[in-house]
Amino acid sequence: MEEKMGGSNGEDSGEDQFPVGMRVLAVDDDPICLKILANLLCKCQYQVTTTNQAIIALKMLRGNKNRYDLVISDVNMPDMDGFKLLELVGLEMDLPVIMLSAHSDTKLVMKGITHGACDYLLKPVRIEELKNIWQHVVRRKKPDSKDELAAPNHDKSRGGTGEAGQTWVACSSDEKVNKKRKDQSEDEEEETEDNGHENEDSSSQKKPRVVWSVDLHRKFVAAVNQLGLGDQAVPKKILDLMNVEGLTRENVASHLQKYRLYLRRLSSVATQQANMVVALGSRGPSHLRTGSLDGFGDFCSFTGPRRFSSASLPSYQSRGTFGRLNSSAALTLSGISSGVIQPGNSVNGLGKIQPVVLPANQNQNGALFQGITASIELNQLSQTKSTNHFGEYNCVNERNVFRISSSFPDARVVVGSSSNSLSTASGNALVLQGNTQEVQWSAAFENLPSFGMTSLNRESNDLSVLGSSNCLEHGRCSENWQGTVQLSNFPPSNEQLPSNNLQESIPWRNSSPSNSRIALSSMASSAVLGDSRADMLCKAGLNNSYSHVDSRVSASGSMMDQNNAVSSNTNDVSLFSHLNGEAPFAVRHSEGDKSSSDTDLRSNDNFLFLQSKPQNGFSQNIFESLEDIMSPVFKLEQNNETAFMDGGFGFDVAHPLGSCM
Amino acid sequence: MDVVNQLQRQFIDYSASLHREGFLDDQFTQLQKLQDDNSPDFVVEVASLFFEDCEKLINNMARALEQQQGVDFKQVDASVHQLKGSSSSIGAMRVKDVCIAFRSFCEAQNRE
Repeated sequence: MEEKMGGSNGEDSGEDQFPVGMRVLAVDDDPICLKILANLLCKCQYQVTTTNQAIIALKMLRGNKNRYDLVISDVNMPDMDGFKLLELVGLEMDLPVIMLSAHSDTKLVMKGITHGACDYLLKPVRIEELKNIWQHVVRRKKPDSKDELAAPNHDKSRGGTGEAGQTWVACSSDEKVNKKRKDQSEDEEEETEDNGHENEDSSSQKKPRVVWSVDLHRKFVAAVNQLGLGDQAVPKKILDLMNVEGLTRENVASHLQKYRLYLRRLSSVATQQANMVVALGSRGPSHLRTGSLDGFGDFCSFTGPRRFSSASLPSYQSRGTFGRLNSSAALTLSGISSGVIQPGNSVNGLGKIQPVVLPANQNQNGALFQGITASIELNQLSQTKSTNHFGEYNCVNERNVFRISSSFPDARVVVGSSSNSLSTASGNALVLQGNTQEVQWSAAFENLPSFGMTSLNRESNDLSVLGSSNCLEHGRCSENWQGTVQLSNFPPSNEQLPSNNLQESIPWRNSSPSNSRIALSSMASSAVLGDSRADMLCKAGLNNSYSHVDSRVSASGSMMDQNNAVSSNTNDVSLFSHLNGEAPFAVRHSEGDKSSSDTDLRSNDNFLFLQSKPQNGFSQNIFESLEDIMSPVFKLEQNNETAFMDGGFGFDVAHPLGSCM
Repeated sequence: MDVVNQLQRQFIDYSASLHREGFLDDQFTQLQKLQDDNSPDFVVEVASLFFEDCEKLINNMARALEQQQGVDFKQVDASVHQLKGSSSSIGAMRVKDVCIAFRSFCEAQNRE
């Protein structure tokens, strides 16, 4: 249930009414506490919105980034852990979050802090404590807004603001948007409009929030990679490298911090799962589609270190930062793939990948990862749009991939429209990306699959063979896939690469590893998916077969394709995020959860199941539609597998791919 | 008017005594302060919500405790925790204290 209580703000035409009118979102499953809290907040003259479910809260937050200034959340909630919500909000929306609990246990407080909470209050809540919570909002805004926001004008003046608002909006838009977003999408509208609008009511200091679009993030990751994640990666240098105007050091610093946390999380996750099933899907779908940031959520979930933390991918997607998957999950995939791409060594790659991926994904396909999930290939495909991404993606991926993972067989990167890029030989995830655009993919995949697959086998890369090759060309893909599917060759669970995408139903010839086969076959069938989508789901089939965990992925993968979910756009790529256990991602296909079967990954359209092999985490990420890709965790861990799922296939083929070639 | 006054006085006395006895604490006073023109029945609403919630929690706990085959203390603990939170928010001090004691029993897995 949610209710909104109007605060008294607004009327004051005073200039700086802050903290009056600050918009707070309160989440607590205990109705009594919630009611009291709401009432207290009203007394402090804040604008309160309440809900007793974390999920609803997230939806509301994602619905409009600038609607709230602060979030207060209970720790123990039945539908979602308070800390998890805290993380998500922090990553996606960068809003200050205050934890609330009846427990005063030090460990809990510490946990709250490590997850990024601004403050930790004990129940019963007292009004004096609430009177001061606005300081957290100011503190966050401070660095950025200083310049532009010349507070007085823009903010408050509500009514008349007209101009002030305008200017401010303009400024802030700049600021905020400055990230690429702005330029590219006018739909930053939110920002602009909101800004203006926000200014007014928002408590004056509303500093235009920097939105980390995909592009921006990509640059960021690129810069970080360049500098190396060690001590060299200082915000100042990163900022210089990125060379984005309007971005402040503080923005970079805070983003860097989050990124580091994310990586850390990934590595811990990755270790467990070798396969990163691109579960991204789980996250993906929701965000991808909506563009919401879910990605981040997933981001974190990244299982297995190597893998591209699909989670990261998710973040891409949803987050505006990534540029949102743009409508199509494609982006997500991209994000994922990027994430995936990274594999290989530490998750870092993921970060990289992501940025890459996301950019432009507007197309669904593209977004999806084209890189990542090879499946994403979707580029296909029908979507055509995606193809672009892939290219991009792949390129990016490649780069990232290579960069990052170095381990990757860089061959992988293949992608690039050159399609074969996959050869990344490194065996690591091949990011099939090469395919970029459907055809390319197919070509790439074709190539890849073979190599990737094989290579994968070697390493155990599960290469997600991203089925990417699958469908690629539609006809082509199937061919390749078969070869690739061979992945089955890969030893262990190889990542059964994503289902043959679509259409092509690329029959994965799983000849080799049983796993791969399985998937492949499924893929093949799935490949048929229709055009777009990456039927990658073959993977699903594959996955299932896989003994490895990833099968999940595959399952999802299959999902992914779901039939093409091709609709690519929205496929909820729920892909596999699970792949390895990642379950979380379970790509949910929004579209149709297709195969809901285990595969969480439903990769919507394009996902490739990147099945990450259990082995090292070869998570093949099945890219299910982009989203899944994200999670595809290509776990490459093992070898570096990082199978990228670049765009589409990101095969994580960590090694084998290389060898295959 | 007299009646009203009388009632009011009674009310004050009653709550004072409750305070003294430790049933209620300052939080309740704060709650009362929260009530104003914007939310006239605030206290009443909160109190009734509290009762409902309490009832539910207590039922849960009872059910959990009555289980023959091993009591699920975690569940009981969770319920108690929630009850503790609610009661402290509303100012029911005694209930809250009891909850604290209860929780330590739960941790000791002591059914008695």
